[in-house]
Amino acid sequence: MADKEMRAVYCETLQGLAEKNRDIVILEADLMRASGTMPFKTAFPERGIDVGVAEANMVGVAAGLSAAGKIPFAATFGCFASRRTFDQFFLSANYARLNVKLTGTDPGISAAFNGGTHMPFEDIGMMRLVPGLTIIEPSDPVSLEKLVEASAAHYGCVYMRLHRKPVASLYPADESFELGKGKVLKDGNDVTIIALGAIMVPEALKAAELLKEKGFSAAVIDILTVKPLDRELVLKYAAKTGRIVTAENHQTAGGLGGAVAELLAEERPTPVAMVGIRDVFGEVGTQDWLQQHFKLTAADIAGKAMGLFA
Amino acid sequence: MLDQAEISGLEDFAREIRKKTLYTIGTLGVGHIGGALSIADILALLYGKEMRYDPADPAMENRDLLVLSKGHAGPALYAALAIKGFFPLDWLDTLNKGGTRLPSHCDRTKTPGIDMTTGSLGQGLSAACGLALGRKIDRKDVHVFAVIGDGESQEGQNWEAAMFAAHYGLSNLIAFTDYNKLQIDGPVDEIMSLSDIEGKWKSFGWHVQRCSGHDFAAMHEAVAAAKAQGKDGKGKPSMIILDTIKGKGAAFCEGKVENHNMPVSIETARQAIAELG
Repeated sequence: MADKEMRAVYCETLQGLAEKNRDIVILEADLMRASGTMPFKTAFPERGIDVGVAEANMVGVAAGLSAAGKIPFAATFGCFASRRTFDQFFLSANYARLNVKLTGTDPGISAAFNGGTHMPFEDIGMMRLVPGLTIIEPSDPVSLEKLVEASAAHYGCVYMRLHRKPVASLYPADESFELGKGKVLKDGNDVTIIALGAIMVPEALKAAELLKEKGFSAAVIDILTVKPLDRELVLKYAAKTGRIVTAENHQTAGGLGGAVAELLAEERPTPVAMVGIRDVFGEVGTQDWLQQHFKLTAADIAGKAMGLFA
Repeated sequence: MLDQAEISGLEDFAREIRKKTLYTIGTLGVGHIGGALSIADILALLYGKEMRYDPADPAMENRDLLVLSKGHAGPALYAALAIKGFFPLDWLDTLNKGGTRLPSHCDRTKTPGIDMTTGSLGQGLSAACGLALGRKIDRKDVHVFAVIGDGESQEGQNWEAAMFAAHYGLSNLIAFTDYNKLQIDGPVDEIMSLSDIEGKWKSFGWHVQRCSGHDFAAMHEAVAAAKAQGKDGKGKPSMIILDTIKGKGAAFCEGKVENHNMPVSIETARQAIAELG
C-alpha cells in the first residue's frame, strides 16, 4: 500500500465508527486542522466538538461526556495531551474509571519544526504511572485503524501517540490487532529489537538488515502497546535470543526501555540496550536531522545490538 | 413558589444534613466541616425539591445529575444521599476509614448517587459541561447541577468551562457558587479576590443570579428562573451565586477561617448537633 497520512486514517476510522455508533464523539482544542479531523465535524457537526485553546477543559468535558455514556476521542499535540492535561486526565477520566480516549499527536521528533516546546519525550513516562491506563503507539495505517477500533470497543481510558504524517503500511489490510499484543515482524535467533512507533519500527527492520550483513540474526517486534506490555512475547524472545534492544522515539527512562527493563529485571534478567532519548530536551530541525542528532537511526540500533555481543 | 410547609420540610432536611455531617466528621475526628455546612441548604433544596432521581435506581435514565466540584464537601452530600436512601445511614460511620465507600472527596465509583468524581479543584465544571452536552446531544430533558467553591473559582479551568458552556448553549446546566467568602489561607478577598463575581459570569455569557444560600424561597425562585430561561434548549447556562456562611449552623466553627479542615471531637459534634435542635 502507498504511504498514507496517518491523521487521515485516524479521521476516516473515527468516521466509520461514528456511522455505526452514535455515541462516538471527538474533541479538539483548536487543532482540528492539524489532527485532520475536520471531515468528522463536517459529517457529524454535533459530535465534532472544538473547545478552543483549552486543553484542560477538553479533557474534563470528555470525562463528562463519557459519564453521559459517550465514547469521546480527544486529541491535541502530545506535549499538551500529557503535560498540560495530566491532572484532568488522571482524575476526571482515569481515577473516575471513565472511558476517555486521549490522542497525543506528533510524538517525539515528529514535532520537527515546532521544536522542544512541542516535542514530547516524556508523555509515555507520565502516562505509564496512571493505573489501568492503556498506552498505544501504532506504527502504520493498518495498525492505527485497527487499534483505534479496538480502543473504541474497550471500556477504559486509552492514551494513543499519533504520528500524523504519511507512513508506509507494514501490515496487510486484513491483519488483526489487539490492545496489549505486540507483533513479530521478523523472527531471529541472536538478538531481539523491540521497537515502538512509525519512525522506530521501520528503523528496527533496517537495523535487522544491517545486523544480518554482520552475520547476526535479529528478531524485530513491533510492540504497539506500551501498557499493558505484552509480557508473554517479551519474555519469550528474551528466552529465545538472550539479548534485547529497545527502540523508541521517547525518553528511555520511563518509556519502552524502562518498561522492558523492569519486566526483565524481575522475571528474566537479560542484557538490554536502549535506543531513545537520554535525558535531554527536544530541539527544532527536520525530522531526519533530529533522528541523526538524537541517535534514533537504524545504524544506532544496530550499533547498540552489536554492543551486546562484545 | 414554595409554600410554608415545603420550606419547613426543607429546613428539617437541611438540619438533618447538618447533624449527620457533624456526626460523620465528629466520628472521624477531623474534616472539611466549614464548606460542608455552607452547602447544606442548597443540597437540601436540590435533593428535596429540584432534582429528579430515584434512590433505588441511581443510574435511572433521565435523572438529574449533580457534580459537587468542591469534592471535599462530600460529607454533606453523603448525609443528603443517606437520608434520601441511596445507601444505609450506618455508612456515615465509615467516612475516610480504610475500605470505606465514603472517601473524603466524591468518588462516582464508590458511592451510590455520586454522579462525578471530584477532588482536584477546578475540574468539576468541565465534567458538568460534558454531562450537559451529552444529555443535550441525546435530546434528554435532564438538568445537570454543579456546585463550585469560591476559592475554587480561582482555578483557571473554570473559566475555560465558562466559555465552553456559553458557546455550546448548555442551558440545561445550572451551577452554583458557594460564596462563603473564606478559603484555607484567609478571606477570599484578601487571598485572591473574585472581585465582581456576578459581572465575570455575565461577561462569559451566563444567566446570572445571586441570593442567600440559606434562604430556600429565594434559592427556589432562582432555580425556577434558571430552568425557565433555559427551557426547550434555548437560553444560557445558569450561575447562581449563593451568599453563604462557612460553617453555617455550628457555633464552634461558624464563620471562622480555620474551619476549612479542622479537628472536630465527637463531644464538640454532639453539642453542635444538640444546638441544632
